[in-house]
Amino acid sequence: MINISDIMQTNDMIDSQHLDIRTITMGISLRDCCDPDINKCCKKIYDKIVSYAQNLVSVAQEIELELGIPIVNKRISVTPVSIIAESCETDDYVPIAKALDEAAKKCGVNFIGGFSALVHKGYTKGDRNLIVSIPEALRQTERVCASVNVASTKSGINMDAVRQMGEIIKETAELTKDSDGIGCAKLVVFANAVEDNPFMAGAFHGVGEAECVVNVGVSGPGVVYHALQSVKNESFDVVAETIKKTAFRITRMGQIVAQEASKRLGVQFGIVDLSLAPTPAKGDSVARILEEIGLEHCGTHGTTAALAMLNDAVKKGGVMASSHVGGLSGAFIPVSEDEGMIESVRTGALSIDKLEAMTCVCSVGLDMIAVPGDTSAATISAIIADECAIGVVNTKTTAVRVIPACGKKVGDEVEYGGLLGSAPVMPVNGYSSEVFVSRGGRIPAPMHSLKN
Amino acid sequence: MKAIVTVIGKDRVGIIAEVCSLLAELNVNINDINQTVMQNDFFTMVMLADVSQSSVSFGEISEKLSKKGEEMGLSIKIQLEDIFNAMHRI
Repeated sequence: MINISDIMQTNDMIDSQHLDIRTITMGISLRDCCDPDINKCCKKIYDKIVSYAQNLVSVAQEIELELGIPIVNKRISVTPVSIIAESCETDDYVPIAKALDEAAKKCGVNFIGGFSALVHKGYTKGDRNLIVSIPEALRQTERVCASVNVASTKSGINMDAVRQMGEIIKETAELTKDSDGIGCAKLVVFANAVEDNPFMAGAFHGVGEAECVVNVGVSGPGVVYHALQSVKNESFDVVAETIKKTAFRITRMGQIVAQEASKRLGVQFGIVDLSLAPTPAKGDSVARILEEIGLEHCGTHGTTAALAMLNDAVKKGGVMASSHVGGLSGAFIPVSEDEGMIESVRTGALSIDKLEAMTCVCSVGLDMIAVPGDTSAATISAIIADECAIGVVNTKTTAVRVIPACGKKVGDEVEYGGLLGSAPVMPVNGYSSEVFVSRGGRIPAPMHSLKN
Repeated sequence: MKAIVTVIGKDRVGIIAEVCSLLAELNVNINDINQTVMQNDFFTMVMLADVSQSSVSFGEISEKLSKKGEEMGLSIKIQLEDIFNAMHRI
């Protein structure tokens, strides 16, 4: 029989250190749902999603019960809608967002991702229509998430799209201002977006993916934090080793859940995403891990190095634990969703500039950050451009999910509750980027994109 | 189907008897038991059980055990063995 202390350790991780499976995300291809008539297209989309995902939630609950591990979210990602809707003889894609929303409700999932467009090199007709439909789509739906890829290492940065996304984010904030701009919490602007990301709001089912797959995102900042408490005052060699071992265990959990889900749903297993995803709950914070490494507050000097080490150790530990690793795989640093980050912002230790530096060495980017409501579209675009540059040059995924908090200024807070948490409004640089953003065109791909 | 039953809580007379009788009622066969009382009367028991011949579903076993745990002031859990194998064995 398995060692009694191993059993106790596992259960302790689940019961008191917030170990859980963050999400089981079913990716569904909608490529056979195109139709010139948007109503028919919507029906095809709804029917297909419901037929594939109707058992997703019940199967996940069954696994949860039998293995005794909480599976927090069950979600769906679909083929970028711009590709599917392009054949429709209309330029308003909001009905498709509504169909996705209905399908998500029917299946009982809390988010559905894929109201997306990939425009890193340029726009097609469908991409244009989709992007202008985003603000209204996010206003009229509850569970739909949108994302737009505006840059890639291979093709450079589409600055026209960067400029437009600044405006789209402002418009989305305005349309959903009654609920603190929650629309913006469901809208991600990417560089180097990945096709198999199980995490929201940026999940979509890439065109290179199979008909239907199951991807799993693990979590476990609390477990890493707890493990580090036993190596106080030890060297970084020991710290990195401890994180690796912990990440291995966490990922094994993800792997077994992914395998079970894939078997029971009769769907191909995609990937396990090795991300440390925090929640607003106490004891489930990435910032607190950095502080446990020796920083008084997350955001002070040394934070970037600590995060780089953490991110690397998580990957090294996780990669052997899973047969297929993918998605974003790294530590997430969403401000509003991380209790320690929120406190660091409140105390003034963590600025948007430091967060930008942190995005150079970890997963994703400027995530769930509230900025003053009067921040201009050009400034938001410039923030996006900076993040894209980091992603493009470092051949990694970066993203921007900022929320202009309408009518609020620095020091105020936006409150979403649940997993989205609450965010203190952070100051942005007050000098203008207007002329920079208005140039448009494309920033060419970097030299190292020419690898062939 | 092998499962691990863990029982944790304050020690008292008859914990093993009560848990085992319940498992017998449900036709769950016990393959192995590992039990110890730590300092401060802290009772810990881990059992390896075979649930494949059980008269009820896994969900029902789980529910009955946790209800029994509540009655006795203990935490009783049942989980498939697979999760521990995955986590602690390569």
